[in-house]
Amino acid sequence: MSISRLKDHWREQRMFLGRVIAAAIVVVLLAGLLVYRLVDLQVVHFEHFTRLSQGNRVRLEPVPPVRGLLFDRNGQVMAENRPVYQLELIPEQVKNIDETLAALVGLGLVEDEALPRIREQLRSQRRFEPVILRPRLDETEAARFAVQRPRFPGVDIQARLARQYPLGEVASHVIGYVSAISQQDLQRVDAANYAGTAQTGKVGAERAWEHLLHGTTGHRQVLVNAQGRRLQELERNDAVPGRNFYLTIDLELQALAEKALAGRRGAVVALDPRNGQVLALASMPGYDPNLFSMGVSGEHFRALQSDIDQPLFNRALRGQYPPGSTIKPMLALAGLHYGVVEPDDAIFCPGWFSLPNHSHRYRDWKREGHGEIDLENAVAQSCDVYFYHLAVSLGIERMHDFLAMFGLGTPTGIEIPGERSGLVPSRDWKRQAFSRREDQPWFPGETVITGIGQGYMLATPLQLAQAAAILGNRGRGFRPTLLAGIEDLATGEREAIEPEPLAPLSLSPTHVEEAIESMVAVMHSPRGTARASGQDSPWTIAGKTGTAQVVAIAQGEEYDEELVAERHRPHALFIAFAPAENPRIAISVLVENGESGSAAAAPIARALVDNWQSREGD
Amino acid sequence: MAVSQSVFGEHHSLGLGRRVMAGLKLDGPLVLGLLLIAAFGLVVLWSAGGQESSLLVRQLVRLGVGFAVLLVVAQIPPKVLRLWSPWIFLAGLALLVAVLVAGDFGKGAQRWLNLGFVRFQPAEIMKLAVPMTAAWYLRDRPLPPRFTELCILLVLVILPAILIARQPDLGTALLVASSGLLVVLLGGLRVKLVLLLGAMGAALAPVLWHFMHDYQRRRVLTFFNPENDPLGAGYHIIQSKIAIGSGGLFGKGWGNGSQAQLEFLPERSTDFIFAVLGEEFGLIGLLLLLAAYLLVIGRGLYIALQAQDTFGRLLAGSISLTFFVYVFVNTGMVTGLLPVVGVPLPLVSYGGSSMVTLMAGFGILMSINGHRNLLAR
Repeated sequence: MSISRLKDHWREQRMFLGRVIAAAIVVVLLAGLLVYRLVDLQVVHFEHFTRLSQGNRVRLEPVPPVRGLLFDRNGQVMAENRPVYQLELIPEQVKNIDETLAALVGLGLVEDEALPRIREQLRSQRRFEPVILRPRLDETEAARFAVQRPRFPGVDIQARLARQYPLGEVASHVIGYVSAISQQDLQRVDAANYAGTAQTGKVGAERAWEHLLHGTTGHRQVLVNAQGRRLQELERNDAVPGRNFYLTIDLELQALAEKALAGRRGAVVALDPRNGQVLALASMPGYDPNLFSMGVSGEHFRALQSDIDQPLFNRALRGQYPPGSTIKPMLALAGLHYGVVEPDDAIFCPGWFSLPNHSHRYRDWKREGHGEIDLENAVAQSCDVYFYHLAVSLGIERMHDFLAMFGLGTPTGIEIPGERSGLVPSRDWKRQAFSRREDQPWFPGETVITGIGQGYMLATPLQLAQAAAILGNRGRGFRPTLLAGIEDLATGEREAIEPEPLAPLSLSPTHVEEAIESMVAVMHSPRGTARASGQDSPWTIAGKTGTAQVVAIAQGEEYDEELVAERHRPHALFIAFAPAENPRIAISVLVENGESGSAAAAPIARALVDNWQSREGD
Repeated sequence: MAVSQSVFGEHHSLGLGRRVMAGLKLDGPLVLGLLLIAAFGLVVLWSAGGQESSLLVRQLVRLGVGFAVLLVVAQIPPKVLRLWSPWIFLAGLALLVAVLVAGDFGKGAQRWLNLGFVRFQPAEIMKLAVPMTAAWYLRDRPLPPRFTELCILLVLVILPAILIARQPDLGTALLVASSGLLVVLLGGLRVKLVLLLGAMGAALAPVLWHFMHDYQRRRVLTFFNPENDPLGAGYHIIQSKIAIGSGGLFGKGWGNGSQAQLEFLPERSTDFIFAVLGEEFGLIGLLLLLAAYLLVIGRGLYIALQAQDTFGRLLAGSISLTFFVYVFVNTGMVTGLLPVVGVPLPLVSYGGSSMVTLMAGFGILMSINGHRNLLAR
């Protein structure tokens, strides 16, 4: 260690003294700065701050933004803001409150039951603050009051904007609704921006684009006196209105789908295969979103929640059903793709199938069997035995991988929250899904029934429409979207939304055409299962029926419609796209307990195809 | 020898009070200053807390505990404190990690450690452990420290600060870091290096920004332009300035501050209590409080100068100056000079485990002062 590194106490003490003096100077300077600031605030600007504080004070009030509107693809309004009329009374301006109230009750403008609440408010509120006599007046009531108004000084109508859904129940599962902000909602959003907002989007499009629909809250500084009465507006920073949203929904098609399902439980999804746009997304029964935006009563809400038909449940993207035979075209394509079958290979269908060395008979829907049958006819007539064979040849892993390519088993990514993923089973899945070791292995019989879309397999109606769209567009899929355009009122610009292509499937075009041909045969061949719905169609439709069992039918037991309770009847399914050679629409239909895909579901798809093609086809 | 009447005088006299104080290792002027501030605080708290005695009682209890801790710490000789320093530091570091891993949730931030019978914030330990350890490290080394020593010191200071900032508690992290850096500054860090560190700090600002939470970023942005967010954080500053400004020279009188009493002023019994004082007691009240603070800080620096070894000097100096940092950060925030960081006004704001830490710090000052070897003079 050098000499200079030795401790020199005297030098260090002097250095420390220097440092402390420097620090003290800094302390004094900063304290001086603080004092300067205090003098500036309390002496120089005393008058200014006193004006803001004493007697009159500045109160910051939020100015809520106007919520963006929702339109369908053609500009028809789906959600809007309408003024509602509120009847108010300002106590200090009314000479005889009891008389006034009695007269208003006499005119039918104030309800008898509301009187105790009004009296309570009159007691507790300040005399210049308005008391709400009636939160909503309809137009005729508002007009009736307007005529009588001179009789009621101090009573007036106030207009405010409220969310309204002019379509009522139509498209309710797409639009969703707004209702009162909860504590949980406030965790999700910037609370300061919701300072003046009473409602927020809860489900559907109202929720999906809440952040853009809501807009930015403005604020104003108002002078209030010691009692809180507003005296003057000092400064105003206007709110920025929310964006307007153009959805891809075609309301005509949407209404048609809902009408077709009226009185039933089910879902219809229609996509444009060329860009993934959702043309219709119906889930029935629906509900009237106005109930929520107007403030639904607890009793009413509980009734909706406990309704056995589940009107609040969005079946189109949350309902998971066994897809049944609707996956057969995809599995036929898988057979061709993996070289397991050739189009002209025929098998013999005796009406049942058994695994080697097993006695269990897997039945065909047609007891007497289809006889010799090739791929196209197997799809057209929905021969179960053909697909039992095919499933065994493919094995569960290849079926899983192939169906996954069509989007089954994963959420499609549509913007509306709450979508379910469905399920395409595999060995890995089963090992993880079951806790008991003996349940974990994959059994050969489970492969067999997967071939006809039964067993563990589940799909949402949206996923089935998406699978049909991908197949119809020859493997070039798009992410399903509800968003056609966003309009910014501030700039007047309308932003169009580009379709989001998925990775195209690498499939042989001849194989794809074979599979599509088999679906055309479902509609247009003499023995196709949905030939009735394909009859006299001006355009070629590719379709596939499906029936999903709700309860297992025991071996050998006859299926008796009379005995099976309505809700135990199988679900009817149908997928389609048209025109088959260049599809403009892809559809999935699900009718809960509809029994027969061809009878209950296919006609709905046909009606949608006809409607869309007659307007959009060229 | 004449008996000095100055507040900075020595306790050689034979007065009974002074003998008791010396026996308890207490420093008269420092105790006086602390009592003045605490009394001031209680008066304001009565008004700011809605004239409720329960708040006052709880604050009194805290102050009592604080003074008790002060008394105990003052009895521990500085030599022992010095020996303990690195171990307290290591324990604090371990607790900080523990709090990040398994801390209870308090206000959405992980700051508290629950020991069953008591919950406390390990970050509080670090407020004292960091300057103690920095002073311990420099105790026998020739000053000013060499570059490698500085690097080690920097790690000692920055590591706990980062851990605390991760909790996230930016205010405390900054205080801990500054208490350590003050030791280094007092230890003779060359002016050139000070400037270099300043430049490094400026360069680190974007990194710090990256680590900040949204609410902290909003506060910084709001500081530069309070009008940006008048409904959120900007509201605090606007209302606080109105409260202070409308107080004028003499204030609106005790309990008559309309900003405070009509609840325009947020956090009025905690972080923004300085504004209540300004509104009700005016500039005069604020200057009195400020004078009391400066008395304490000045006396602390005097004790540092009188200390007999490097450890005592650096530690006493750091504790006194950190106390000023507290006061300035809080008052600067309330008057709109600094961004809103949640730092309470020491000994005046309601609540806080920070009260005990502060008093323990002053206990260390008393110990350094009270255990001086008189023969060495």
